[in-house]
Parts: sequence; C-alpha cells; structure tokens
Amino acid sequence: MAQAFGDFVALMEGEGEYLKIGFHPSSIPLQQRWRNNGLSADFLADYLSTFFPGEDLASSERQSQIKDAVGYIANELLENCMKYSYASKQHLVSIEMFLEPGAITLYTSNGVEPDRVEPFQKFIQRLLSEDIDALYTEQLERNAEDDDGSASGMGFLTMLNDYGVKIAWNFSTPAKPGEEVAVTTMVRMPL
Amino acid sequence: MDISHDDYQVQYDEAASTVRCSGSFRLHGDEYKPVLDLLGHAADAKPAKLTLDVRELQFLNSSGINTLSKFILQVRKHNVSQVVVQGSARFPWQEKSLKNLQRLLPALRLDIV
Repeated sequence: MAQAFGDFVALMEGEGEYLKIGFHPSSIPLQQRWRNNGLSADFLADYLSTFFPGEDLASSERQSQIKDAVGYIANELLENCMKYSYASKQHLVSIEMFLEPGAITLYTSNGVEPDRVEPFQKFIQRLLSEDIDALYTEQLERNAEDDDGSASGMGFLTMLNDYGVKIAWNFSTPAKPGEEVAVTTMVRMPL
Repeated sequence: MDISHDDYQVQYDEAASTVRCSGSFRLHGDEYKPVLDLLGHAADAKPAKLTLDVRELQFLNSSGINTLSKFILQVRKHNVSQVVVQGSARFPWQEKSLKNLQRLLPALRLDIV
C-alpha cells in the first residue's frame, strides 16, 4: 500500500489544464542533464504566464510573482529528482503541472534507492511537524558550516518558508522488500 | 579572479569592496566553489564595509542560497563591520529569500530597490 505524508492531493490527467514532461535519468550524465532542469522549469513558468496576462500594473505584478515562484519550485523539484533518483529502467523522472482556478500544483516522480527511503522520510516528518522558521535557520547554519557543498533540505525549506506552499509526498510500495520505491512529491501553491 | 560564464558572472571590485553577481545561478554542489572562493577573497580583505550586489541576479537555486550563506558566515567570523546586500524588486525571489541572510547576520543591511 502506498504511504502518504502530508495532505497529498492526487489530480488526474484530464482535470483542467496540465502539462507533463518525462525524462530518463540514466540516458545522459547528470552534468548534461542539469541544464535541462532550468530549461524545463523556465518552460513551465513561461507557459503558465499565458494564463495570467499582465494587462495592468497589478496583474503584471501577479504574473511576475507566479512565474518566478513556479520557475524556482519546478527547478528545485527537478534538481532533487536528478540528484537523488535511483537510475533504473523502472522509474522515469517526470514533472507535471496542473492549473485549477484556486491553485497551481506541481508533481515530480522519481525512483528512490532503498537505503535512502528511511532518512528521507525522517526529514519529511520534521518538515511536517516542526516549526519551519526555526528549522530553516537551523539548516541554514548547518549547511553554511558544512564544507561538502551539499544543499541538504534547503529546497523544500525555501519553498515552505519563502513561497508559502503545501508539500506532500506519496511513496509506492516496493515490489519485493528491499527493492526501490517511487516517490511522488506534490507542491501546491494557492492562487 | 572574476568569473565569466555564459549563464552567470561574478565580479570583484576591490576598490569599492563590492562583489557583483549577475545572470542565473543554477549550479550544483562543487560547481559553486569558484564563486565561494571569490566571495571568500573579498571577505578576507576585511574591509570596513563589504557590499554584495545581486541586483542583476535573475535566479538563485537553493545550492546558491547555501553558497551565499557560507559567505555571510565567513564575513561574520571576520567581524566585517558592515555588510550591505543590494537587491532588486524586479526579481521577486530577492524579496522573498534575501532577508533570510539576516538570520545569520542580523546586522546585515538589505537594500532592495
């Protein structure tokens, strides 16, 4: 049985406007793939701005805010997928964006290495239960002191702290114990 | 010492004790090392006032936020008396995220115009 963390809302293809992009994480090296994160994120953000025409100053400001937020969030989600996805033939990496009257929802899906599932879920529990403001400062200090250059958790924390979104996760059940699982990450941005 | 790339540029103006970042920072992990080295070089000069000008920085990913945080921490350790971060309201992320640097250095002055 799938295991959900947070208020996971499953939107279905065919419900309103949506866009989906799929990748095969092992087809080209990470270094080359990285550039695609930005291109895909910018594309999603640009595509969306059509639905929020900037006809006057207020709506132009709103369009710019939405475009900026979607560009940042989609890029972070894709970077996470590329960094952590378990390169296998079973799981593609995908990003989907749904547009509803009251919200924009982004989903990414990728395979997760069995050993990474538990630490990832522990971090998710912290994101869902602790004070985000305090956790943000703690993580910022920890990462700033850390020399290995990793950006552990800051993507999700900036989305929650700076962009006021809701994040939820859905983990699939492995076919056999110890096999990889797929995680779908949902980021819902109220409009 | 300056960094010039198709997607981003970092320039250290030693006379003005100012580091200017422009373009889009979407690097990952170690790719930020040259940027951090340049920022560290500016901090090591221990000027009375150090300015980080990101008014032309269109995009910064979370690894980039970590890089700027590391820089602010270096500055904090060096006791630079004044740090100014100049941002622009043209890029909405700057108003949302730059203020977080004040968590590491409450005396940091943030000028967003």
